Amino acid sequence: MGAITLQNVRKSFGDVEVIPGVDLEINEGEFVVFVGPSGCGKSTLLRLIAGLEDVTSGRILIDGQDVTDAGPAKRGLAMVFQSYALYPHMSVRKNIAFPLKMAKMPEAEQKARVDRAAKILNLDSYLDRRPGQLSGGQRQRVAIGRAIVREPAAFLFDEPLSNLDAALRVNMRVEISDLHNKLKTTMIYVTHDQVEAMTMADKIVVLRAGRIEQVGSPLDLYNSPANRFVGGFIGSPNMNFIEGEAARRMGAHSIGVRPEHWRMSTTEGAFPGTVGVAEHLGSDTLLHVELDSGENVIARAEGEFPVHHGDKIWLTPQDGRVYKFREDGLAA
Amino acid sequence: MATRQTQSLAKIMRAPAIILLLIWMIVPLGMTLYYSFLNYNLLNPTQTSWAGWFNYQYFYTDPAFWDSIWNTLILVLGVLCITVVGGILIALLIDKPIFGQGIVRILVISPFFVMPPVAALIWKNMIMHPSYGVFADVAQFLGMAPVDWFAQYPLFSIILIVAWQWLPFATLILLTALQSLDGEQMEAAEMDGASALSRFIYLTLPHMSRAITVVILIQTIFLLSIYAEILVTTNGGPGNASTNLTYLIYRAARLNFDIGGAAAGGIIAVVLANIVAIFLMRAVGKNLD
Repeated sequence: MGAITLQNVRKSFGDVEVIPGVDLEINEGEFVVFVGPSGCGKSTLLRLIAGLEDVTSGRILIDGQDVTDAGPAKRGLAMVFQSYALYPHMSVRKNIAFPLKMAKMPEAEQKARVDRAAKILNLDSYLDRRPGQLSGGQRQRVAIGRAIVREPAAFLFDEPLSNLDAALRVNMRVEISDLHNKLKTTMIYVTHDQVEAMTMADKIVVLRAGRIEQVGSPLDLYNSPANRFVGGFIGSPNMNFIEGEAARRMGAHSIGVRPEHWRMSTTEGAFPGTVGVAEHLGSDTLLHVELDSGENVIARAEGEFPVHHGDKIWLTPQDGRVYKFREDGLAA
Repeated sequence: MATRQTQSLAKIMRAPAIILLLIWMIVPLGMTLYYSFLNYNLLNPTQTSWAGWFNYQYFYTDPAFWDSIWNTLILVLGVLCITVVGGILIALLIDKPIFGQGIVRILVISPFFVMPPVAALIWKNMIMHPSYGVFADVAQFLGMAPVDWFAQYPLFSIILIVAWQWLPFATLILLTALQSLDGEQMEAAEMDGASALSRFIYLTLPHMSRAITVVILIQTIFLLSIYAEILVTTNGGPGNASTNLTYLIYRAARLNFDIGGAAAGGIIAVVLANIVAIFLMRAVGKNLD
């Protein structure tokens, strides 16, 4: 249960075409992350799958069945919203039981399922509280609990961690990944944070302006980006791009080097430059370097690298770690 | 800047308004209380004497008294039912984005701007009149005998008029409550398999409970003192069929010139209003905290 297929799905709001045509295959049990900058249509695509928006044209199939015209409730999917969308006047227990109540499930079965979900999510001691009395992370878990009791074909997450603080986000990231390993249910997760995408996904779908730029496993995208956009989007800090003479010498319109793929030297190398800001983080060192050719690039050295503002530095890309792009942005 | 100095300054600044309001309330109440113990008739205003509890006994034993209490209750409850239910329905309707939404909303709210006697007269002479009224025309068009509303259903007619006047208020308050309902919650419920009716019962109604409470409390205050609509339409009749407590007091003061008796009635009305208020706060006030 839980294979989802999009066939040439298009969506426009009035004259504005948000999604000009998407084909996508999501296999059963996969953790798929839609990632892209804000306004790229990733949330819209998720809402189309959920049935909260109507497609303009194209087909959506769940387990081979055409659900394009089916209402959200009929698709057997569960969604976790960015604002959690908990029902404020119901206790946590009633919130989680709500979809079961709507499905007219017997009381005893409802209780058993709620208790099981509460156990998985460590919510046992909060069941009688109202959502307003919970912290952000707990609300998040209630929202997930409400989703899992229905045993849906797939879970849809719409930027679920963006309202949490950084430390909690890391925790919840791990919890959601754990949950996926436990339940083995298809999950579709929308985020603009490429770190979330890289750490959680089996398969990442990179979107830009409603188009799929590339689909692949996190390391596929990292190691062989299909174009300059994906190269720049995946990886942190961002990939450095160098155009002009240096790129032409390598037979490309532009070349990309990830910050962690520079070899640094204070005496010799391919690209001479001056250190601007040096961020010494202990575990590694981030150097903002202005090359003599004018570009600003970031280089990352593991551990400590003893240079400071204004020092002269030479950067050399590691062998085989240079990404070449053509003028139209595609990988050469 | 909530220092002790600014606090006491604030108290001094507030004092004139509060004192004025207090005098405004205490003086009439005190005078009413005083008159209610006097034999005081406007036909012979110089001859006043101490009456003790006689005015209360007289007012209470008036055969119209229990009728008027009963009518007051039916009037308040009837109008509350119509305005709350109708207000929710209209609010749900005009909450949907439609063409000309602004104008529709202004039209819906406009009855509230019409003064009560004017509204009641229009209803009496142009809508409910058995020969000129719109209702009579409709009845005749359908081949039925026109209804003489104020003779046959006096209290119901007044409930209808008052409800028409208060419907905009209820609609307005409930509409603003409806607009603050979180769209994602509705979508979540939709994903959870809740039908439109379930979504209304489990999400919309609880969300609006506070607004409904406000509507009920505020309207009750004003509905207990309905008077103008009765005066210009039925004059409390036929018999006592549409006399409420306020109108009974008016009758004592202005038709019988019995200031003492009317004052006693006024005090009884104040006590009853407070009892109603206590019941209301018990019943629905918990929604307000």
